[in-house]
Amino acid sequence: MEETTSNHQSIIIELDKEEYAIPVEVVGAIERMQHITRVPKTANFVKGVINLRGVVTPIIDLRERFGMEKAEHTESTRIIIIHMENYDVGFIVDAAYDVLYIPEDAIEPAPQVIGTVDSDYIGGVAKVDKRLIMLLELQKVLSQESYQAAFLGQEG
Amino acid sequence: MENNEYLEVFIEESKEHIQSLNDQLLILENEPENMDTVGEIFRSAHTLKGMAATMGFQDLADLTHKMENVLDAVRNDQVKITSEIIDVIFQAVDQLEGMVLDIAEGGDGSSDVQELVNTLQAIESNQGFEKVNESTTNTSINTTNTATSDQAHFDRLDQFELAILDQSKENGFENLEVTVKLNDNCLLKAARVYMVFEVLEQIGEVIKADPTVQELEEENFDLQFHVLLVTKDSAEDVKQKILKVSEIEEVIVSTFEQVASAQEHNEEKENVEKQSNEGKESSNNKTTDESKKKAAKGVASKTIRVNIDRLDGLMNLFEELVIDRGRLEQISANLKHAELQETVERMSRISGDLQNIILNMRMVPIEQVFNRFPRMVRQLSKDLGKKINLEIVGAETELDRTVIDEIGDPLVHLIRNALDHGIETPEKRQEAGKNEEGHLLLEAYHSGNHVFIEISDDGAGINREKVVNKAVSNHVITEEEAKQLTDKEVYQLIMSSGFSTADKISDVSGRGVGLDVVKNTIESLGGTITIESEEGKGSLFSIQLPLTLSIISVLLVEVEKEKYAIPLSSIIETAIISKSEILNAHNKEVIDFRGKVVPLIDLKNVFEVPTEEEDDELYSVVIIRKGDKMAGLVVDTFIGQQEVVLKSLGDYLGDVFAISGATILGDGQVALIVDTNTLIN
Repeated sequence: MEETTSNHQSIIIELDKEEYAIPVEVVGAIERMQHITRVPKTANFVKGVINLRGVVTPIIDLRERFGMEKAEHTESTRIIIIHMENYDVGFIVDAAYDVLYIPEDAIEPAPQVIGTVDSDYIGGVAKVDKRLIMLLELQKVLSQESYQAAFLGQEG
Repeated sequence: MENNEYLEVFIEESKEHIQSLNDQLLILENEPENMDTVGEIFRSAHTLKGMAATMGFQDLADLTHKMENVLDAVRNDQVKITSEIIDVIFQAVDQLEGMVLDIAEGGDGSSDVQELVNTLQAIESNQGFEKVNESTTNTSINTTNTATSDQAHFDRLDQFELAILDQSKENGFENLEVTVKLNDNCLLKAARVYMVFEVLEQIGEVIKADPTVQELEEENFDLQFHVLLVTKDSAEDVKQKILKVSEIEEVIVSTFEQVASAQEHNEEKENVEKQSNEGKESSNNKTTDESKKKAAKGVASKTIRVNIDRLDGLMNLFEELVIDRGRLEQISANLKHAELQETVERMSRISGDLQNIILNMRMVPIEQVFNRFPRMVRQLSKDLGKKINLEIVGAETELDRTVIDEIGDPLVHLIRNALDHGIETPEKRQEAGKNEEGHLLLEAYHSGNHVFIEISDDGAGINREKVVNKAVSNHVITEEEAKQLTDKEVYQLIMSSGFSTADKISDVSGRGVGLDVVKNTIESLGGTITIESEEGKGSLFSIQLPLTLSIISVLLVEVEKEKYAIPLSSIIETAIISKSEILNAHNKEVIDFRGKVVPLIDLKNVFEVPTEEEDDELYSVVIIRKGDKMAGLVVDTFIGQQEVVLKSLGDYLGDVFAISGATILGDGQVALIVDTNTLIN
């Protein structure tokens, strides 16, 4: 077995025809679309909460989080449950694929402008088998500051 | 030290017993003739003594032993309970508590108990302790009168042991209590004990020994030991067989009876007639057991300690089960298969009961905290020379265990504060035209998603001027700020840090830590504290605590297609009103509800529920209240009442306006719980 500097096993998700990677360690489950209870007076990308095996889990629509165009939910729409240190959240994504091994040397720093997603949320770009995969920076996507900013921005 | 692992248990249980002593002593003070209470005190003291001795805390054991003797004398009508005796026993209990605390903090629990021991001894001997017990007289098998303090050797049997005794009796075995006394000059005590046990095990089964077998093997006893034996042999045979072992001074064999105030060391058959006064307690082991269990339930309930993490685990698993139950119910409703439906219904019922039990397990009545206050108030009022009547309301109010553990100290502080600074001396009260006796009310109740604990007194109240002056001189606020403050804000000042200063330390309340500590503790529990006061009339400290994890009763309502849960405790009633009854006042919709003007709040607007505009002639309104304010929540439909588990929305969302949490409904969906307190302002 060859030693690599770091392990980049990732779940590949699709958002607006682009592929993003979420480290496999933080993914708790991949759920089908289900009933979401709306929570009033929250940021608009917070779709509400679901009951995930007894834990009330907030659900974020990643498309809306990144300011992409809204899309109808389809058969392939999935909810990716992410375990953060103090809480769980779920991401609504267009589709979730298999686990992909991303070699360290395939990763490059994120260019300043990538599609529609604010480059702050992208930790790097990897090229694997001619696929261009963006690595999500979860800490930033979920940070309180960015949540508050988004929420207040929409209020004001 | 292998004892270490038991130390925690010892400390916990000791505290419980000391609390029980305190409670029962207070009862006894009012009802000196209540022998049940004396019995209960005796048992607590006895258990405490046993535990202390086992753990090697000699002073603790000595003191409890003396206490036990006095109580025993009381129990046998040799000593009459007087206020002085109660005082001495209270002192002893205080000292015990001090010693236990010392142990808890890593000390060895030693303390100079001589003085108290002497006082107790004096009480005990003054009153002719040598009086012989009437019922323990001679019988055919030479049962001798044993010292009264011996009687309680086997009064603490566990369920298992009781079951064995019961069963053996039913199967024609005898339950015998064997007391063996070794010769004074016996050299190898352990060896003799071993031989005695060998004899005993040949003829029957040893259920329990006092001291324990281990202690006996270590020669950790005086000359005498007691054994509880189940056998088919007669008492006389047993006695003779044991006497074959050399160096045995005396053997006493008697039928063992499960009696709380046991006085029978006698052969049962011969004693039945003699014990007419105890007839109801003896003769049938089963009834005695039952009555004992009942008595135990009434005074000291049986408990087992469970790590709270395990309860959490159990709860989470159960919730998953509830969700599956919901699915099953739906499936069976769809399939309409009679047998399946029946089974699912049954399962639902059982799991519903199970749910209640699991949820209730985490909840502890606040009584646990409250019950130490009567004692404290009694002592404080004596120290301060004030007359105080403490009233406790709602001690059965349940709170999550974690909150209970934390809330004790703040309450102690507030009560001390009320007694010291609030309630005046009897003279002053008379001058003010009040009843000499001050009134302190401690009240706990559920309201909304919160538990309220209120401490109110009819004392002097808070003097605004004094507080402001002090706050200004201590640089808590500036003079300009002071002028702007409302009375309520001024009262809050006494809880700001830096307000309480060292120059005013009194023995009772101001120990250098101010009320700011109280405030901090309460806030760390997610609660708030408010103060209301009227000078000359008294003050009210109101603590509001969240029910971190608990079951609440809610009314489920529907707003468009969304379900919300409104805590039942904040609901006055529900009403259906027609549009014509809605009035306008200051551009607000109000209704006349039983002669009161109640503003209407439309949940659709508050929660920005997506609506298809459609005006109904009739409005479903839930009338809610917060304190004496009311409001009417307009909803679409009432679904029904339900018990639900309060869950947090999680850290990511943080605080959401007017939502205090969420709950999972039977069908697995999440419903949000409305925080009615924020809707009324």
